[in-house]
Amino acid sequence: MSTRLGTGGSAIDRSRPVHFTFDGRRLAGLTGDTVASALLANGERVVGRSFKYHRPRGIVASGPEEPNALLGIGTGDRFEPNARATTTPLREGMALRSQNRWPSLAFDVGVVNAALSRFLPVGFYYKTFMWPRRFWESVYEPLIRQAAGLGRAPDAETRDPDRYEHFHLHVDVLVAGGGIAGLQSALAAGRAGAQVLLMEQSPHWGGRAQVDGVRIEGDPAAEWVARAVAELEAMPNVRLRLNATVVGAYDHGWMLAVEMPEPGPRERLWKIRARRTVMATGALERPLAFAGNDRPGVMLASAVRDNLMRYAVSPGDRTVLVTANDDGYRTAIALVEAGLSVPLVVDARPECNGPLPRRAREMGIRVAPGRAIAGVRWQRRITGVDVCLQAGEGSALEHVPCDAVAMAGGWSPAVHLWSHCGGRLRWDEATAAFRPDPQFPPTGADGQAAILPAGSADGHSRAVEVLASAHRAGVAGAAAAAHEGDAGQVVTAEEGAEAPALAVWRMPQSADHRLRAQTFLDFQNDVKLTDVELAAQEGYRSVEHAKRYTTLGMATDQGKLSNINGLAALSHTTGQAISAVGTTTFRPPYTPLTLATIAGQARGDLFQPVRRTPLHARHEALGAAWEPVGQWRRPYVYPKAGETVEDAVRREVLAVRSEVGILDATTLGKIIVKGPDAAQFLDMIYTGRPSTIAEGRCRYGLICNENGFLIDDGVVARLGPETWLCHTTTGGAERIHAHMEEWLQTEWWDWRVHVLNVTEQFGQIAVAGPLARNLLERLGGMDLSREALPFMHWTEGRLMDVPVRVFRISFSGELSFEIAAPAGRAGEIWDRLAQDATPYGTETMHVLRAEKGYIMIGDETDGTVIPQDLGLNWAIAKKKDDYIGKRGQMRLHMAGERWRLVGLLTPDGAVLPEGSLAVAQGTNANGQRRTQGRVTSAYWSPTLGRGIALGLVDRGPERMGETLSFLQPDGSEYRAEIVSPVFHDPEGERLNA
Amino acid sequence: MSRYSALRIVREAMRRHAGWGRAWGSPEPRRRYKVVIVGAGGHGLATAYYLGRNYGITDVAVLEKGWLGGGNTGRNTTIIRSNYLQDPSAAIYEKSRALYEDLSQELNFNVMFSPRGVMMLAQTEHEVRGYKRTVQANALQSVATEWIGPERVKELCPIIRIDGPRYPVLGAHWQPRGGTARHDAVAWGYARKCSEMGMHIVERCAVTGVRTEGGRVQGVETSRGSIDCESLCLVVAGHSGELAQMAGFRLPIESVPLQALVSEPIKPCMDVVVMANTVHGYMSQSDKGEMVIGGGTDGYNAYTQRGSFHHIEETVRALVETFPMLSRLKVLRQWGGIVDMTGDRSPIIGRAPVRGIYLNCGWGTGGFKAIPGSGWATAELVATGASGPLAADFGLERFREGRFIDESVAAGVAH
Ligand SMILES: Cc1cc2nc3c(=O)[nH]c(=O)nc-3n(C[C@H](O)[C@H](O)[C@H](O)COP(=O)(O)OP(=O)(O)OC[C@H]3O[C@@H](n4cnc5c(N)ncnc54)[C@H](O)[C@@H]3O)c2cc1C
Repeated sequence: MSTRLGTGGSAIDRSRPVHFTFDGRRLAGLTGDTVASALLANGERVVGRSFKYHRPRGIVASGPEEPNALLGIGTGDRFEPNARATTTPLREGMALRSQNRWPSLAFDVGVVNAALSRFLPVGFYYKTFMWPRRFWESVYEPLIRQAAGLGRAPDAETRDPDRYEHFHLHVDVLVAGGGIAGLQSALAAGRAGAQVLLMEQSPHWGGRAQVDGVRIEGDPAAEWVARAVAELEAMPNVRLRLNATVVGAYDHGWMLAVEMPEPGPRERLWKIRARRTVMATGALERPLAFAGNDRPGVMLASAVRDNLMRYAVSPGDRTVLVTANDDGYRTAIALVEAGLSVPLVVDARPECNGPLPRRAREMGIRVAPGRAIAGVRWQRRITGVDVCLQAGEGSALEHVPCDAVAMAGGWSPAVHLWSHCGGRLRWDEATAAFRPDPQFPPTGADGQAAILPAGSADGHSRAVEVLASAHRAGVAGAAAAAHEGDAGQVVTAEEGAEAPALAVWRMPQSADHRLRAQTFLDFQNDVKLTDVELAAQEGYRSVEHAKRYTTLGMATDQGKLSNINGLAALSHTTGQAISAVGTTTFRPPYTPLTLATIAGQARGDLFQPVRRTPLHARHEALGAAWEPVGQWRRPYVYPKAGETVEDAVRREVLAVRSEVGILDATTLGKIIVKGPDAAQFLDMIYTGRPSTIAEGRCRYGLICNENGFLIDDGVVARLGPETWLCHTTTGGAERIHAHMEEWLQTEWWDWRVHVLNVTEQFGQIAVAGPLARNLLERLGGMDLSREALPFMHWTEGRLMDVPVRVFRISFSGELSFEIAAPAGRAGEIWDRLAQDATPYGTETMHVLRAEKGYIMIGDETDGTVIPQDLGLNWAIAKKKDDYIGKRGQMRLHMAGERWRLVGLLTPDGAVLPEGSLAVAQGTNANGQRRTQGRVTSAYWSPTLGRGIALGLVDRGPERMGETLSFLQPDGSEYRAEIVSPVFHDPEGERLNA
Repeated sequence: MSRYSALRIVREAMRRHAGWGRAWGSPEPRRRYKVVIVGAGGHGLATAYYLGRNYGITDVAVLEKGWLGGGNTGRNTTIIRSNYLQDPSAAIYEKSRALYEDLSQELNFNVMFSPRGVMMLAQTEHEVRGYKRTVQANALQSVATEWIGPERVKELCPIIRIDGPRYPVLGAHWQPRGGTARHDAVAWGYARKCSEMGMHIVERCAVTGVRTEGGRVQGVETSRGSIDCESLCLVVAGHSGELAQMAGFRLPIESVPLQALVSEPIKPCMDVVVMANTVHGYMSQSDKGEMVIGGGTDGYNAYTQRGSFHHIEETVRALVETFPMLSRLKVLRQWGGIVDMTGDRSPIIGRAPVRGIYLNCGWGTGGFKAIPGSGWATAELVATGASGPLAADFGLERFREGRFIDESVAAGVAH
């Protein structure tokens, strides 16, 4: 039975109990416990069920590599699935739920999979479930989906109430890992004068050394750790963070870390630009591959030690240790020292006479050299192990009763960060591990190695080497940022000598099929030795194929435990060296990263900035219905009480046509183009010749992309000899600004032109309708008569004492002005205008422009339409040598038979559905109905009292009067006649009034 | 090679599965083949398969520099749909989708095609218009899609928030028989059949040069020796530019990273595929329970199969906004592939400027769905020397002539 011991436990506070529930049962732990240690202290062995066979599983590890102990934590809006018990601190009132079991943890229906396991070999689902044909989608897949998945999905309407935030930081040296290597590196770099950030994933400094009995500078490691932390805390150039994991390495040394601050937001994402990162991330202990190694109660030896030393919890009273190295003996010794029994150490090595085994023997622990585990006996708990020869096939020599097993398979450096961004690994036979290959490091912005491995992450196991490599890395990191101060000396360390370890990839060496079929490599995903063998037999021999076919390493621990043993199994089966098998690519994040943490503050109302015009509050007061246009909010229409949207649009349109209306046009892009070369620049950007616009005048202009397609339009005004103001569409402001900058910066970098986006500097109001001039004149201050300000002119002055530019332009076909005032003062003018004019929204604006046959970017254009299609040839300066898009428009397909702009009228006045296609005779070679045109905009026209539409029709302008058929998805049909696209005031008398 | 079936599994179980042979062979390359295909991704393998199946041409080698399926085919988010706007696109993607319906039976390999339905959310008026237009087009293209309102969206996918503060869901373009498939299985299934037909799939064989003489292809240089061929088909996605350079011509293709990520597995909560283009994110739930998430391409050209984090951030932000219940779920893994982008975002299938060389590339961010149809059409091209109707519009000459097939209607602007 696992229980809390009477004494010990460096991390716990016995005076402060913490209460929690596990599957509804009330339990208690201590302050300082992890969820895992608290569960162990309460004797909870089985904490979850595996993925495929639903086998009962217990806690294996003590860190982020834990594959089994994943729990649902919390309730309601704070429910979190798949939380790792080993890294989650226990909190008062926590509600924990085991996962992937039904109906209960102890009795799970899914275990039938285990009973049938021989019929469910690896990859079986690729070979079956194909008959009857439609059964995959209707029967098999739904069943598989139901059985798969781990944690429960949060409820559909869950709204996470917690806060998440982002930090940005530049440092000289980021040290990942706060073990003795990380501390030594941080000391060296900090003393040298570098800006240092040191991050440790756990709530404790010092890492394993304290648990492993290392002495530094003559003292137990813990004492030196305390001194080192104190020195670092005193340095103004060093920041320290506990509960902070460096999770990703990206190009140019950009690093990502996540912190669980206390107190603070739930999680904090750190984006760190580090000149150098010292990777002092330590090493991960490997499980051993023997039959029954997945039974609850079989744990990593290091995890047993951690639980014992930190939390005073032992997973069992009688623990058999199985090992292939001296390090494992530390666990046996620690257990016996704590008064627990270790009936046997099973050591795969034929000789085990190093100092640690000797010490164990002296303490009375029985050691069995050259032995292996042939099986773990289990009856709802471990009852014993069968021991066999490592060199044999697994016939049991003896049975040893026990209630727990600790396994020590050797250590793999945690090299993930090194690999995230292209660093290569080399297989080191001597340590039987993949180590960072210094020949192929991930490189930083300066082309040099961005990551400096240190300590056991670099494959060192002796404390002396660990500290020396860490010191070197710290010094090198600081030096890379030109900090060459005195880094001090590396500290001295002592620890017991260790005899060489043996790389044992399976137990026993020649385990028969029956044993191999019970030997698990990937605990969570239930991948067994025989699965990897079968994959190789079927040709899935590349590591990636084997991984994907077996799912080895694809569980939530991302292969932290299973990877090496799996590679070794593949190597064994295929007869290639492990170095030739290679490894799969480690990808960020190192430990799973909460989605909300990535989103940060950008949720809900803060998801994206809402851009509001200076008139926003006024629209709100008028009860505007809003339309999101990009990040802007624009009034769509202003319905009055009792009005439908259609009624309101009708009223607004008629008001503009018969009296006067006002529109908030602020969102239209305004880009200042200025400089000695601005004229030639604009002549390249626009299809026309803005260079010839006289001061005080404006002209409609078109912008195309390189392929000749129309991408934006708007009125260009000449403000001065070298200054133009370019209006763009609302959606085009940023895009066109970027377009101009791109050409300037990449092609015409020697042209003297400045481009400035001043969209938000002005509030702009369109005043349109026969009474527009009348109204403006009543405001006082400017002569806006026909003579003073003719159509397509602009002028500057003061209206109601507000400085303004007035443009005499029109997008409605009516007499119309646009008033641009400083953003902060536009409201004054609006308020005055609103007394006598009808405010109108974007939908009304659309109707007005469609009645007049004006095109709208995004409606009549879609990235495939050239100006010529829209009858806009007049806006193209044909004699110009060049403009962006000219060459594109000369391509074969741009001339001749194209779909061109026309008006469309249904005989009965009905509104054509937008997007409708005009069908032609027959079908094409692919059996699709031929088409000859489409509706691009369609509205009910209050002015004409009928539906109107604009469309693009094959050679349309040559086919006036023809009737087209628009076939609808429901089989019905609309007919419409091809007419001129200008429905209202074709002579333009009103416009020029 | 023996057939896969449930019965066979039971039989094999009795003898510890000792009887399963290799899914595909691992031959030494010969000196000469009638057709050499470079790239054992889905498109290369499917091309080989339909060359054998439809034209009886089996003297074929597929050369792969790494492991088969290891390019974008094994890295994508597996969305299958055919609700495209332009006729040529709808034709080839629908052909492909239709082939997916029976692909498991055809290949005797369960590719797990799962027509769970794909919805593309409309979150602006502009998108509403764009999708309604596509629904209109699809009807005439015999592609079954429909426009659905926000309530139906919520019904089909309860975890979506339809009334978010920023971009409420206004409706969706719904293709009930779109879905997903298991990407590796598609590559493996085709590979197994090709191998069964006697074709050679040569892995760890990088093409390093293309030999031409008098404007005609002669063969290729590879890391495993020189190989002659009559026809050479380049199907290397993000590496198309490199191969074209070896053969002495250029392609209008840029290679950019595209990233994806998966969450930890949870119990089923989402039965459909959802794409949200306004906010740039899409998601489905795999049969393992992971939420499979993708976003937009990175902003710069690169050959590294990884991307920058800020793109992940943008995508995740969009998804947390659209699916707030995901908030406390965790990302397990992120990765990237190198996608081959053409100017009009449509693929290239057609003859290269060098005689005897055929191209299949430019699938960019969306070619997984096209694998069977593209293989079908490319096989026709290679076998007959000329494109059939499915591929006719996708030739390289369209860039010279300006016959673009632009699917980016939604990229127009809003006023
Ligand atoms: C993250 C991501 C998500 C995606 N999501 C989707 C999606 O949801 N739906 C969808 O339809 N599509 C999606 N795609 C796109 C899709 O993956 C690709 O369009 C498709 O897989 C391309 O297949 P392919 O066979 O052309 O290329 P690949 O699978 O990349 O195959 C090309 C092969 O050529 C090999 N090669 C390259 N150079 C050489 C050489 N010199 N010699 C020999 N071999 C060489 C490569 O190793 C590779 O195996 C996505 C792509 C990515 C990256």
